[in-house]
Amino acid sequence: MALLSNTAVLLGKELRTEFRSRELLTTTVVFILTIVVLFSFTFDPSVSESRRFGPGLLWLAFLFAASLMLQPCFLREQNNDTLSALRLSVNDPFAIFLAKLAANTLFLLFTQVLLLPVFSILYNVPVLAAFPQLVLVMFMGSLGLSVTGTALSAISAQARMRELLLPLLLLPLLTPVLIASTEATAALLVPNPAMRWDWMGFLLAFDVVFLTALWLFGEYLLEE
Amino acid sequence: MTLPAFSPTGIRFENIDKRYGGLYALRRVSLEIAAGECAVFAGRNGSGKTTLLRIAAGLARPSAGAVSFLKSSGESDGTPSPAGFVAHATMVYDELTAEENLVLFARLQGVAEHAARADALLREVGLAERRNSLVRTFSRGMRQRVAIARALLNEPAVVLLDEPTTGLDPQGASWFAQTLRRLRDSGRTILISLHGESEVSSLATRAIRLDAGAVVADTRTGANFRSILAFANA
Repeated sequence: MALLSNTAVLLGKELRTEFRSRELLTTTVVFILTIVVLFSFTFDPSVSESRRFGPGLLWLAFLFAASLMLQPCFLREQNNDTLSALRLSVNDPFAIFLAKLAANTLFLLFTQVLLLPVFSILYNVPVLAAFPQLVLVMFMGSLGLSVTGTALSAISAQARMRELLLPLLLLPLLTPVLIASTEATAALLVPNPAMRWDWMGFLLAFDVVFLTALWLFGEYLLEE
Repeated sequence: MTLPAFSPTGIRFENIDKRYGGLYALRRVSLEIAAGECAVFAGRNGSGKTTLLRIAAGLARPSAGAVSFLKSSGESDGTPSPAGFVAHATMVYDELTAEENLVLFARLQGVAEHAARADALLREVGLAERRNSLVRTFSRGMRQRVAIARALLNEPAVVLLDEPTTGLDPQGASWFAQTLRRLRDSGRTILISLHGESEVSSLATRAIRLDAGAVVADTRTGANFRSILAFANA
């Protein structure tokens, strides 16, 4: 119970500080918008090309946006050494990870849902027919990005060359999530959309494995 | 300041080593600080003062040895660190108000009636009128007051202060000395590392000097006591 209540309190703090500063959301929304608009005007893809390349483009944009979003996740806890204050205050450090993970997933999902209509208009790909399924795929993919990225953000925040380290560690680890998310998204953008439960199962397994690892070893990631 | 009741608690360091790679930050430090003592740690930069306090707070794990907290009977109470910690950094969020910061940490620590506790502490540190201001709009001294209030939220029996008056103006340092006096007189155990604060160091009941991670002097009275404090003020 203490874990859940501490997580809820910390998630409230994450949301409050973000909606006050709007640092992460502004950066990621502008970044993804730029990529989607730029590619649309550069390649001027047909509908069939959009259906083939669109999902990959979307998830690549989400990946880079996620790496921008995840970088300051633990870094800004170091400004005033607030991470130490959190460690002294919570019984289970997993609450700190859970709150950051939940906040990152929400921010990423918010960005994605905001960008889907823009993608649909610019690339002439209807998304309304399978919108709920798309949101589910994006949720599972975002969870995968966030759970891995939150753990690596904690590691890289304490390292030298931290700006370089996070993408270096993140990109190879997230390749399976990207493949699964792209395949599941592609199957929902065709004229007869269908949910690819095999890829969804893969995403679920990835999320569970990394979440368990974070629960088991997260405490060590926060140690000095 | 009216401080709530707590159980007097001492602290024991047993053969503490702390290594970073091949570098020793602390070397075989053994100390017992009795409940109610106000111990000043003096020493040059890099002598291990901050590391020792962070180990006592539970923020760093010793490479060897153990830290235990002692009840008045002298037995270890076996609990995690019951200490409040004030460090160089304020350990509060700039993007939250003073009140939001205190309520946040009070809720995380499971403090009963967290809003009332935050309110009482804001009054005690003289920030009641700025309770709704973001911490980033505060001066260094005001931030430090929030930091001290945060450290006292869960009524700690042991207070760890790592160069707490760094960056404070003379008025702020004087306020801090008065606060420290009240904490000491309430019977709390205080460990404080100092760097040139004469008003604060005059409140010490024990002076310990560290050099290259080892305790090189430890005294309660006499000329050596004054020389160690003089070193803290150098």
